[in-house]
Amino acid sequence: MLIRVIRGSELSKTNGFDHEQEHDYERRTRTMSGVRVLVGTRKGAFILTSDGKREKWEVSGPHFAGWEMYHLKASPADPNRIYASQTSGWFGQIIQRSDDGGKTWFQPGLSPGEPTTTPEGMPKGESNKFAYDVSPETGQPLTTHMWYDGTQHPWEFKRVWHLEPSLADPNHVYAGVEDAALFESKDGGQSWRELSALRGHPTGAHWAPGAGGMCLHTILLDPKNPQRIFIAISAAGAFRTDDGGKSWKPINRGLHSQYIPDPNAEVGHCVHHIAMHPARPNVLFMQKHWDIMRTDDAGDSWREVSGNLPTDFGFPIDIHAHEPDTIYVVPIKSDSEHFPLEGKLRVYRSRTGGNEWEELTKGLPQKDCYVNVLRDAMSVDSLDSCGIYFGTTGGQVYASPDGGDTWDAIVRDLPAVLSVEVQTLE
Amino acid sequence: MIRVVLPHHLRTLARVGDEVQLEVKNPASVRSVLDALEAKYPMLQGTIRDHGTLKRRPMVRFFVCGEDLSLESPDTPLPDAIGNGSEPFFVMGAIAGG
Repeated sequence: MLIRVIRGSELSKTNGFDHEQEHDYERRTRTMSGVRVLVGTRKGAFILTSDGKREKWEVSGPHFAGWEMYHLKASPADPNRIYASQTSGWFGQIIQRSDDGGKTWFQPGLSPGEPTTTPEGMPKGESNKFAYDVSPETGQPLTTHMWYDGTQHPWEFKRVWHLEPSLADPNHVYAGVEDAALFESKDGGQSWRELSALRGHPTGAHWAPGAGGMCLHTILLDPKNPQRIFIAISAAGAFRTDDGGKSWKPINRGLHSQYIPDPNAEVGHCVHHIAMHPARPNVLFMQKHWDIMRTDDAGDSWREVSGNLPTDFGFPIDIHAHEPDTIYVVPIKSDSEHFPLEGKLRVYRSRTGGNEWEELTKGLPQKDCYVNVLRDAMSVDSLDSCGIYFGTTGGQVYASPDGGDTWDAIVRDLPAVLSVEVQTLE
Repeated sequence: MIRVVLPHHLRTLARVGDEVQLEVKNPASVRSVLDALEAKYPMLQGTIRDHGTLKRRPMVRFFVCGEDLSLESPDTPLPDAIGNGSEPFFVMGAIAGG
């Protein structure tokens, strides 16, 4: 989109377009479809844009160079509103926001684009503040959870893994954090409040960190029921609220994990990611540590649909924009060897809602490839020919404009990719 | 006037150069310097010390006149050289990674 608008203004200078012609040009080009890919990496954020053909790409960045950018996601209600999680093991959590599609950024509560330099009446840096709610009115006591060695360990905020803007209100956004908890902001990311009934669930003492930390990494908002939210935690499992976050229930029946003492336990499963198609919110697909799982009853029961996959370990899972039974995974060799089998990077597609899978390799490296694809690093666009995108720990971002049949790298040498989200622009 | 040197990532976050200058009443302490720093640059709140407890983040340290004050009480008076600006107050991130 950006490129086309620039071309319009250039044309007006070089070809003598008058203002009316220029406006007409911009109006016409803006009605053309395009995509914006938001990429979070270990050392900054990048924004990749293209028109609907998805052949030529413009890369902007790094934004927030040197910082870990865990996740960027735009509001479905306002495509110019983008939230970003900027983190550092040294300096903590920062929330950034753009109101112009990623051209400029600011911390909510501070003036856009302006450093605050006067002490009087300045907004505080509260957008950085994620404090577990222990208040007597709405909070839960800050208890302990299971540590790696089996002892109990206090909850400690570390970072925001995932930002999920509301489907209707650009100023309403959820944040999934480590140590596992769900926060929300209703003022555009300026202040955050924990939905503490989740962390306070009676099973909390049995939740344990996965290798990447005890993160709440998946937030799915039900488009047909505003009171229903699904979340997933490594390694606790999946949970659902039907009352807007006041109470939560574990939804892990049918999950079987041989690496925990009770393989069929109510909690303790290392869920890696869950995907929902907006037209069918009761059907969810899950990439568990091992196993691809499916539920048709909003998580009340799950069944395995790994079928003929060569390995069912992996991290991301996503669904075709127009075919709710077409799903995508990237099989990884094992939990000990986080890279593709045989050095061949293969996406697998099922057109039957699981069980029957086909490998997709055209355009992907088929030798000497030992990258990983992390849980939030796959996304789809909603153009007529659905585009599929994923990023790797080797810094490549691959795109398929034809539902996975063919692939090409948009960029090859970014820092390790942590997350990929796609916006379809109209 | 007190001079404060921030680590690179906090300079980019606060959009400042190599050094910032603060007005702090004498005798200055680590606490009063950080209070003044966060008042002038509120985006730094939570990045050097915890929002709630105001404890130093584990991988951040404070150096003055060649001495590590990280483990001292935050109310310990700082040397005159810091108070009169002849020496800077260093906020440093631990060296780590590859």
